[in-house]
Amino acid sequence: MAGTVSRMNKGESSFQARSATRDPFWMRATILTLGLGFFAIFLLLPLVVVFAEAFRKGFETYWAALVDPDAQSAIRLTLIAAAIAVPMNLVFGVSAAWAIAKYNFPGKAFLTTLIDLPFSVSPVIAGLIYVLVFGAQGWFGSWLSDHDIKVIFAVPGIVLATVFVTFPFVARELIPLMEAQGSDEEEAAIVLGASGWQTFWRVTLPNIKWGLLYGVILCNARAMGEFGAVSVVSGHIRGQTNTMPLHVEILYNEYQFAAAFAVASLLALLALVTIAVKSLVEGLASRTSTREGGR
Amino acid sequence: MAGAYANRKVLPGFKLTLGFTVAYLSLIVLVPLTAVFLKTSVLTADQFWAQITAPRAMASYRLTFGASLLAAAINAVFGLMLAWALVRYSFPGRKIVDALIDLPFALPTAVAGISLTAIYAKNGWLGQFLEPLGIKIAFTPVGVLVALIFIGLPFVVRTVQPILEDLDTEYEEAAASLGASRWETLRRVVIPALFPALLTGFALAFARAVGEYGSVIFIAGNMPLISEITPLIIITKLEQYDYAGATAIASVMLVVSFVLLLVINLLQAWVARSGGKES
Repeated sequence: MAGTVSRMNKGESSFQARSATRDPFWMRATILTLGLGFFAIFLLLPLVVVFAEAFRKGFETYWAALVDPDAQSAIRLTLIAAAIAVPMNLVFGVSAAWAIAKYNFPGKAFLTTLIDLPFSVSPVIAGLIYVLVFGAQGWFGSWLSDHDIKVIFAVPGIVLATVFVTFPFVARELIPLMEAQGSDEEEAAIVLGASGWQTFWRVTLPNIKWGLLYGVILCNARAMGEFGAVSVVSGHIRGQTNTMPLHVEILYNEYQFAAAFAVASLLALLALVTIAVKSLVEGLASRTSTREGGR
Repeated sequence: MAGAYANRKVLPGFKLTLGFTVAYLSLIVLVPLTAVFLKTSVLTADQFWAQITAPRAMASYRLTFGASLLAAAINAVFGLMLAWALVRYSFPGRKIVDALIDLPFALPTAVAGISLTAIYAKNGWLGQFLEPLGIKIAFTPVGVLVALIFIGLPFVVRTVQPILEDLDTEYEEAAASLGASRWETLRRVVIPALFPALLTGFALAFARAVGEYGSVIFIAGNMPLISEITPLIIITKLEQYDYAGATAIASVMLVVSFVLLLVINLLQAWVARSGGKES
């Protein structure tokens, strides 16, 4: 491409022609220095600090913080909340993407916007709304206490808040993907006599599997790491309603920094695994789509 | 249109999936959100106004919106540089940098919060060097800014990057062959093409920053009137069982969020349009 330009530009000095789309050295140097410096200070350093602080007092303190019964119960609760919230939003995401991508109906754009709504709401408000609905003074407060059901300051509230903040992840990955793929393949399957479910499992699912996996891992990372929303509904009862991020907060506020960073390092590890899987999935997905595009 | 109608007949499951989608959306999101506006109705208009314009609340809006705007602006500048470096330049470790841009999406906010505090506190990793210079970051409004920069950066990079990847260098070559200097080409050709995406990234980073809680509260110091963000005011009121007060502040934030969501939707439509025109 540079060759074409230099031929077209014979009249100009050849130096200028070669640099047609090449940034001058000072610009490259400035952008790389400032951009990467910013990256190093604002993104890389916080990540390094988590692990460095976690091991500052040695491996034994690190290990003790992780096997502590309160830490164990926080890990368990985090896993439970994610294990309920992620499948719920997975089913919702597939269902919403099917309805929105495969059909035309009035209000479709509005519905798509509403699905994104939880991302624009502050996590604190996400927690607050469930307190207003299920809390002691809330809509169902007296009914729930009459029937001895605890939602707020208990596990159901934590699960609900987690579902809210991770609500759009799977749907927003799948909707553009399924819209781009169209429904020709599904229609062919139906015309050839497949049932709706067979069409979904055999035709749609293989086509969307990478996008689906991508949505699920992002959803899971947020579900396990959510702090604000869960903090409002949890009540911070040690060993009972503490998730991992809340346990980190408690340890930190008690000046047990090494222990706080030890638990935090598990969450940072989860973030790194999430990013690694995401990069892998993106690589696989682009390879599949190029192959299909070339076909 | 005829094709769309035929779709509906051929593919099964429209009623089931749309019905489930709307029901689930209503139960989890829409109905609980209306609770905020219904709860504020227990306050008279005067009480509501007094709640949302109390000095502490006003100071928190100034901090939350001011720091969010500044953080989004800083991210727009450096995010553009990073996107440019990732798409146009090759350097060692480019793939790793590209992957790690998503770190703020994946790292729990509480973890980011305590880590940033450990960096910028008085005896922290960078704080120990900044403190003798008279620069205080942790437990000041600047700390809030630092946390909001952290969480907002990927929004700008990830919005600008795909547009930059699709931007054909032919336009830049054409501008150069017509005699434009590199600077003129960037200013007249590249920046206008990237502008809608850059503005969208800015708006997304701003919207996220306004509602942010976890990464901020550790580093902010949370001093009333000075370094107290609006989401924290809601939490404080909730802890004092002042549900009506918490809800009044929350309704202000919700209205702002809805307006931002609308603006972002319009911006994204603009990006799609201007991107479409080019290809």
